[in-house]
Amino acid sequence: MTNKINIYKPLLLIFILTIVFSFSAFSQGENESSNTTSEQEHKTEKFNAGELIIDHIVDAHEWHVAGHIALPLPIILYSTEKGLTMFSSSHLEGGEIHEGYKLIKNDIVAVNEDGTTNEAATSKLWDISITKNVASMFISILLMLWMFTSAAKAYKRNPGKAPKGMQGLLEPLIIFVRDDIAKSAIGEKKYKRYLPFLLTVFFFIWVNNLMGLIPFLPGGANLTGNIAIGMTLAIVVFLITILTANWNYWRHIIAMPGVPIGVLVILTPIEIFGMFLKPMVLMIRLFANMLAGHIIALSFFCLIFIFAEMSTGLGYGVAVFSVAFTIFMGMLELLVAFLQAYVFTLLAAMYFGAAIEEHHHEEAHH
Amino acid sequence: MELVKPAFGLIFWMCISFGLILFILKKFAWSPILKMLNDRETSIQEALDSAERAKEEMKSLQAGNEKILMEARHERDQMLKDARDIREKMIAEAKTDAAKANEKMIKEARESIKNEKMAAITELKNQVGMLSLEIAEKVLKAELASDEKQKALVNNLLKEVNLN
Repeated sequence: MTNKINIYKPLLLIFILTIVFSFSAFSQGENESSNTTSEQEHKTEKFNAGELIIDHIVDAHEWHVAGHIALPLPIILYSTEKGLTMFSSSHLEGGEIHEGYKLIKNDIVAVNEDGTTNEAATSKLWDISITKNVASMFISILLMLWMFTSAAKAYKRNPGKAPKGMQGLLEPLIIFVRDDIAKSAIGEKKYKRYLPFLLTVFFFIWVNNLMGLIPFLPGGANLTGNIAIGMTLAIVVFLITILTANWNYWRHIIAMPGVPIGVLVILTPIEIFGMFLKPMVLMIRLFANMLAGHIIALSFFCLIFIFAEMSTGLGYGVAVFSVAFTIFMGMLELLVAFLQAYVFTLLAAMYFGAAIEEHHHEEAHH
Repeated sequence: MELVKPAFGLIFWMCISFGLILFILKKFAWSPILKMLNDRETSIQEALDSAERAKEEMKSLQAGNEKILMEARHERDQMLKDARDIREKMIAEAKTDAAKANEKMIKEARESIKNEKMAAITELKNQVGMLSLEIAEKVLKAELASDEKQKALVNNLLKEVNLN
């Protein structure tokens, strides 16, 4: 009996979330169309699915909540000419100019007095605003800090006891990362050095993936599906790889032992290219997977509005299937959220493992 | 195009936040958690090992007991066997002794019987001799009491000679 309830609870939760998600998408669509109407009244309002989807998955300078309500976020700009500027994003709403800056789509540009874009000033502008993604990242980081410090406290409070609560949730995952990722990919001897980084990366990606699946305020940002995040993580992995790599790793890249010179001419550029390709692949995999998940979920909802434009009844009919498919996709995304965190961490661990691998034959000679 | 263009601001904040969280978690979460996990694993391993050792000890103890029991049983059997042997030997010895004694007694008895018999026979012979002499004396005395009789005897004796 209790088992049944346990199974239905998450299902119900996902169902409710999906409904909420659908409403937020709906209101966004409304928002979109009302904007179009106000600007171009003579045109018939047309639902643009592509624009809506892109709007949802790219970063924004404000955090859209529902309908016309949006949470303003701080905008921080550094210009080599004017220095640091900081103001709320509400000042830029609706294309207004504030302190010589204007928001065009999602980019902040410097403008002249007459309102035209000042290209020279824009090129000297560094936008370090707390955008939707940055804010979401801060929330997830606070969440992670709370999760892990409370787990650490629990370990200190009752050492040697069976885990419970947050500690019980995290312990199998920590052991999983330690045993199945770090130990198996790097090796029993040296895994400890990389373990804090691997654990942090794993939980960072996983928590942010899950936050991305939540359709309303604390989540909903497409952080891990943003290429900047994948790129930063991949660069960190790349740096750790080349900074901790041993002589053996470099020798295999520059001149593979036991390979004739003629072949080396071809092989070495490939190896060097491969060295850079590995983190690139890491970046693209995470970015593309998470982005695709968001696009698919949004596409199903857009289907409702596309059909509703033809006829209201059709819209309701399609909604049933769309919601059903989104529930299915939501389940899949829960798996993908974990899987991508696992794959990224595992590959990073494998690159580290390859960088510090000892050459056993050579050692035997000495 | 906006999708694949990494935003500077996000990279900037990502570097700061990730660096920070890596540092904080490493110091305040991963080190204590991993240490505790390690400690717990070692203590569990130790407990298992000691249980295994106790089991081994128990087994060897049991084997020792079994061995002692076996030895005791063996000893008992040996003792029983020895006792039986001794008993049999004693009985056999007693039997032979008794037989020897019997034989000796019988032999002695036979010897003495033989001696007695010889003595009796000799005595009897002597008695018979004595009796015969006395009878002969008495007969002679009676026969030769008168002259006539002496003469008759001489006559008879002479007659016999004549016949020859």
